[in-house]
Amino acid sequence: MAIAVEFSAVTRHYGNVKAVDNVTISVAEGEFFSMLGPSGSGKTTCLRLIAGFEQPTHGSIKIFGQEAAGTPPYEREVNTVFQDYALFPHMNVLDNVAYGLQVKGVAKNEYINRAEEALRLVALGEYSKRKPSELSGGQRQRVALARALVNRPRVLLLDEPLGALDLKLREQMQLELKTLHNKLGITFIYVTHDQGEALSMSDRVAVFNKGKVEQCDNPRNLYTHPKTRFVADFVGTSNVISSDLAQKITGNNHPFSIRPEHISIYHNHKNVMKIEGVVADVQYHGATSKIEVDVGNKMLAFVLSNTEYSETHLPQSGQKLTLCWPQNRMVMLST
Amino acid sequence: MHSLIYNATTTKPLSRWLSNALYRKNNLFLFLLLTPPLLWFGIVYLGSLFALLWQSFYTFDSFSMAVSPDLTLENYRSLFDATNFDIILRTGTMAIAVTLACACIGFPIAYYMTRYGSPAEKGFFYIAVMLPMWASYIVKTYAWTVILSQEGILYWGINHLGLASTLSNVLQIPAIGGNTLATSNLGRFIVFTYIWLPFMILPIQAALERVPTNLLQASADLGAKPAQTFRRVLFPLVFPGVIAGSIFTFSLTLGDYIIPQLIGPSGLYIGTMVYTMQGSVGNMPLAAAFTVVPIVLIFIYLAFAKRAGAFDAL
Amino acid sequence: MLFKSKSLSEKSPVWLKTLAYGGLVFLHFPIVFILINAFVAHDGNNTYLTLKWFSATFARDDVISAIILSLKVATVATLLALVMGTMAAAALYKRNFFGKEAITTMLILPIALPGIITGIALLSAMSILEIEPGFWTIVVSHATFCVVMIYNNVVARFRRMPHSLVEASMDLGADGFTTFKRIVLPQLATALLAGALLAFALSFDELIVTIFTAGHEVTLPIWLLNQLARPRDAAITNVVAMMVMLITALPIIAAYYLTRGTESIAGSSK
Repeated sequence: MAIAVEFSAVTRHYGNVKAVDNVTISVAEGEFFSMLGPSGSGKTTCLRLIAGFEQPTHGSIKIFGQEAAGTPPYEREVNTVFQDYALFPHMNVLDNVAYGLQVKGVAKNEYINRAEEALRLVALGEYSKRKPSELSGGQRQRVALARALVNRPRVLLLDEPLGALDLKLREQMQLELKTLHNKLGITFIYVTHDQGEALSMSDRVAVFNKGKVEQCDNPRNLYTHPKTRFVADFVGTSNVISSDLAQKITGNNHPFSIRPEHISIYHNHKNVMKIEGVVADVQYHGATSKIEVDVGNKMLAFVLSNTEYSETHLPQSGQKLTLCWPQNRMVMLST
Repeated sequence: MHSLIYNATTTKPLSRWLSNALYRKNNLFLFLLLTPPLLWFGIVYLGSLFALLWQSFYTFDSFSMAVSPDLTLENYRSLFDATNFDIILRTGTMAIAVTLACACIGFPIAYYMTRYGSPAEKGFFYIAVMLPMWASYIVKTYAWTVILSQEGILYWGINHLGLASTLSNVLQIPAIGGNTLATSNLGRFIVFTYIWLPFMILPIQAALERVPTNLLQASADLGAKPAQTFRRVLFPLVFPGVIAGSIFTFSLTLGDYIIPQLIGPSGLYIGTMVYTMQGSVGNMPLAAAFTVVPIVLIFIYLAFAKRAGAFDAL
Repeated sequence: MLFKSKSLSEKSPVWLKTLAYGGLVFLHFPIVFILINAFVAHDGNNTYLTLKWFSATFARDDVISAIILSLKVATVATLLALVMGTMAAAALYKRNFFGKEAITTMLILPIALPGIITGIALLSAMSILEIEPGFWTIVVSHATFCVVMIYNNVVARFRRMPHSLVEASMDLGADGFTTFKRIVLPQLATALLAGALLAFALSFDELIVTIFTAGHEVTLPIWLLNQLARPRDAAITNVVAMMVMLITALPIIAAYYLTRGTESIAGSSK
């Protein structure tokens, strides 16, 4: 399997700040690869390094084996879907989509055909004569997608494309993007701060924090075996137990994390870790209820199914509880 | 075999090469963009300004009417001689008077426009104020020479209203009056005020627009009567806009030399003095020294204005 | 709240409205006066409307050549200002570097300083360099303060243009020049036009600096100034005054409508 994009010890400085700090990753051809992290973690900078809008201060970036440094964006076989869509306001939808073909000198009937085909691919076949200002956010997003895909790039870069859409539309678009990816078979590199999005769509995810990649793995491994405290906290919800509290619970001071869904109310379970606390808050989340328990300077959260527990049987605020979880569900963290 | 580089079938090699070269050298591009305007300004404009400033240190021999490049501070010292200083005082006083008048006349216009105008009215007022501002300076001055002349419409109106004696009484007042309206300081004052008025209105209007209505509503909510709200909330917030407008009226009056020639009594202003000195007299050094006066005064005024927050209101 | 709050009345006090509209009348009455006078003639005690002053004006050679000179100067100065103003705007709108504020101040100086200073400075520079005043000295002096008109408008438009548009264009395969031609320039189009209109009006109307840099050339404002000394030809002067006003006012209105709704309204700061 060919390597589509390879970062080797890439660093990008802005003055004294390292926006990207010694990042080494490789994205396989045809993969749906996500770069996940909070704002300012370096993931967008990495994307822009691949696109060619920034140059690395150190290290090398290879695109399909070829060193990319010094190659301008307009000569890379990479296309980007921008966060603000960046549709050209003075052109209609068709001209926007066909732009990449026009500037390469493709003949008129060919670029019209290909642009219309790309628009049909994103279910906007009827909209070719409209102007971007006449479209909704979701429609603009699809035009941006079509505009990038019509050029048949080998790598598609997506910079938080769904951030501006409301929840329902976002979920729908996630499904459509995944379908597109399966259909086209090209490499997708996807930047997002939404860990749910990254987990549900990707083959592999690189988790960024302060310019570094903390872990790069498939979603399941990231969730069940986070390597660092940051990953445990950022990917899914988790209770992160520091060394002092760990000392009280387990007897040794190695910090660990335990997911809320693995915690239960203690009823003579065997082979479990236990702790006592007082219920601080009960939150209704539709299918489940989330219960926050104060175990002394720390809130532990766990969930109970609302089909099993009726409203009156749920733990009440102020109630004393003992919580427990299986030993093997604890994920040890590097300090 | 895929290659990273697109097959450039239709690109023009030279422009593409240039574009690639500039892509790598961002600073070079910036430099190329800036050089022509900078050269122009640096050499043509700033250069001539410095040349002028430098000339103010030259010596002028009133016997031979010749300028020699011997450096001296004599020109600046002579600014404080009675006649010269008179000129500066005269110009400065008029500048201040005009500023006050423009503020008083302009404020109600700006206030009404912003606070009470319907959207249509606002647009109308905006154009109505902007248009005279951009209407030709010389045309407006010409119009006033006709209006103020003894055969002009103002005199006709005054006579018809039976105010002729009032007018001649006013014209007797020493500093304000003169022989006729057109040769009186009053006339000159009216014309100056008229010409610079839009420059005062627009900054005030901009400052008024920036005051959020909810501040005034909060003031009313807390029990202040409208006049109190105006005095304690609105006016302090708008005052920087007034100062901003005054920068224009003050400096424009200080440097003007057409209106003093055409309207009003004889008596030089800084502008006309400069013009005369460099023209017929050929005393460039003194003319240059005189030009420094408004520059210095304006800078001092700007420093005060900045402290009063006027720069944010521009 | 203990006290009932008094809502701000929507209707303005009558005295304020009178002052405001009165102020407008004051602003416009001299202009209207000129406009009317251009169409009015006296014949003894008779006053009647006529167009005869117009034909008389256009029969005058000196008027025609002054008009042509002013038009030529304004056009060339505007073109020069367009090029330099756009270049300066492209360089300065985004980047912050040492000396940027100084450069911006320098661009504004020609308009900020009293015209007589600029005029004399340029005149003395011309005499030192032994350049004869003439058409090109007028053009150079006009272009110098027209630049800031273009610069303000173009910078404001650049600031409103998302940089991602340029990146998207390059991402899709267009190099710098193509991007400028197909994406940036269309975005700038109305700002450039508005700036050009303002520059044109400014140049056409310019008097003070022109007096110093014109030598023996007579632009239309200079012609008007010369006329002010002579009471005869008053009617012709009226017509010329009206024409100057129209030629400067109409571009301003057009520029205003072109940039309405954008951050910087064309012409709002001279």
